[in-house]
Amino acid sequence: MTSQEIYDALTSKFGSDAIIELNTAAKDHWIEVAPASIAEVSQFLKSDDALKFDMLCDLSGVDYLEIDAKLAKKFPFEPHLEVVYHMLSVTHKHNMTIKVKLPRWKDDQEGQIPEVPSVAHVWGIADWHEREAFDLVGIKFTGHPNLVRILCPDDWVGHPLRKDYEFPLEYHGVRGY
Amino acid sequence: MATQLDDQRIIEFDVRTDEMLINMGPQHPSTHGVLRLLLRTDGEVVYEVTPHIGYLHRCAEKIGENLNGPQWIPYTDRMDYLAGMNMNLGMSLAYEKLIGLDLPEKAMNVRLIIAELGRVASHLVGMGAYGLDLGSFSPFLYAFREREIILDLFEEACGARLTYSYLTIGGATHDLPGMIEIPPGLASLTGNDPKMKLLWTDAVLMFLEWLETRIKQYHTLLTRNAIFIKRTAGLGIMPAEMALDYGCTGPVLRGSGVDFDLRRDGDEIYTRMYEGYDFDVISAPFDGVKGIPRDVVLGDNWCRFFVRMLEVVEAIKLVRQGIEKYPTTEGSHRVPYKMNTKLPVDEVYLETECPRGQMGFYIVGDGQAEPMRARAKSSCFCNLSVTGPLCEGVLLADIPSIVGSLDIVMGEIDR
Repeated sequence: MTSQEIYDALTSKFGSDAIIELNTAAKDHWIEVAPASIAEVSQFLKSDDALKFDMLCDLSGVDYLEIDAKLAKKFPFEPHLEVVYHMLSVTHKHNMTIKVKLPRWKDDQEGQIPEVPSVAHVWGIADWHEREAFDLVGIKFTGHPNLVRILCPDDWVGHPLRKDYEFPLEYHGVRGY
Repeated sequence: MATQLDDQRIIEFDVRTDEMLINMGPQHPSTHGVLRLLLRTDGEVVYEVTPHIGYLHRCAEKIGENLNGPQWIPYTDRMDYLAGMNMNLGMSLAYEKLIGLDLPEKAMNVRLIIAELGRVASHLVGMGAYGLDLGSFSPFLYAFREREIILDLFEEACGARLTYSYLTIGGATHDLPGMIEIPPGLASLTGNDPKMKLLWTDAVLMFLEWLETRIKQYHTLLTRNAIFIKRTAGLGIMPAEMALDYGCTGPVLRGSGVDFDLRRDGDEIYTRMYEGYDFDVISAPFDGVKGIPRDVVLGDNWCRFFVRMLEVVEAIKLVRQGIEKYPTTEGSHRVPYKMNTKLPVDEVYLETECPRGQMGFYIVGDGQAEPMRARAKSSCFCNLSVTGPLCEGVLLADIPSIVGSLDIVMGEIDR
């Protein structure tokens, strides 16, 4: 199926409130989905016979922010977070990118990480991918069975892939640079 | 057949008085690197496995955000360090797709030869190390002897033996070498004069011819070895739905009977490399292959192992065809790419078929030379995530057998 057909199938099922837009200008076409609907949309994408996205290739968090004041003027995006789902249908051999846009901090309170429903019950692999996104980018996946850090130690502070992350000077007596 | 907890022959009473938590790793020799498995055991039966990863975490993605494309290449070598060439290729293709770089025929030909040789080297280690996991030492030594020659040949091509950074954005850093002195290992194995000079491509062909005669021996040593079959067949059975659900790719997915290979079904920019080449996608249940042991079940350890063994043969076929075409290919081995080329405001996600599965690179550009986000999706990360459900209720001694059959490399999982 083409991205337009997938978009049409989703809008007819969930309406334009849940399915926000289809971007065909990008090299990999993507569909933006409202954060609240991502779990139902994922379930539909996986179980619908015509779509049948049986494999979640990748789930990544992206922090859109430019901390360099000089470059920030030319920065083409508003500061925000994105969760990007790259999925593949092994059955039909088509793929699609789904995006969810989130604020950088929940309710604009710095330190409060934003929330998005988990898709771990839809694809088994989302469990680990979401743990990684939580660990490194700082996104809370509500409904996740075990949302703990996966790559960093449990007592690590902060989320390293945030653009404004400050490297710790010391960790348990080990000095950084 | 995996032992189930409710199997009355094993546990007479449902009283778990001997429950014990056992740490396997992070320095256990059969965990292929720094992997820690936390096992909840009742006697010999394991009923919960929790993998703990991150001991080798270097945040390569954060590093990638601060470097431009060619500068990040050496970091990709260190992800799957047993198949550095294939990692370089995946990352370069993602950048090329993002900036819209078209490659000449020769560059693609060089890449194919190198990538498939890398696959042979990687699967040799996979095979040898798996034998080692199960207590068979000799295949490991043979595998490393063979791999050594591939490393020698790679050294002639780019000067490095493990972290190549040879395939780069726009092609390869150098053309394939011309006349070389025969690698010492190859000379002694084939009985040639160590001072003999020959073309690099001829050396590769000489090696492949020799390797092909050895594959039969590996089959005798491992594949059809009664002890090996006892320890692998019917164990760690992964149905196709489970493999897809947990995002398993590569030989793990194909061992479960899913016929999917990105070299044939992938993105156009990647499959173009393989156009006009004749190769088969190997997947269980191996139609037309004779002599499959009786105990083998679709999706078990043996199937995953056997997929790798047959893939070596296919890779040899591909390298031969590549070398045959090499003298007649047109164009250069490389299109120039400037380090400070600004990336477009766009994003690309590209997966390639690496020896261990589908390695994905997700690059988001924001108009600077350094990407906004450089994500490396690891295939072993997904393959390892299935250990928990796969190892439920097996015997303790079968854990290395199951984890080994996934053929993981921690450098790639932890990045």
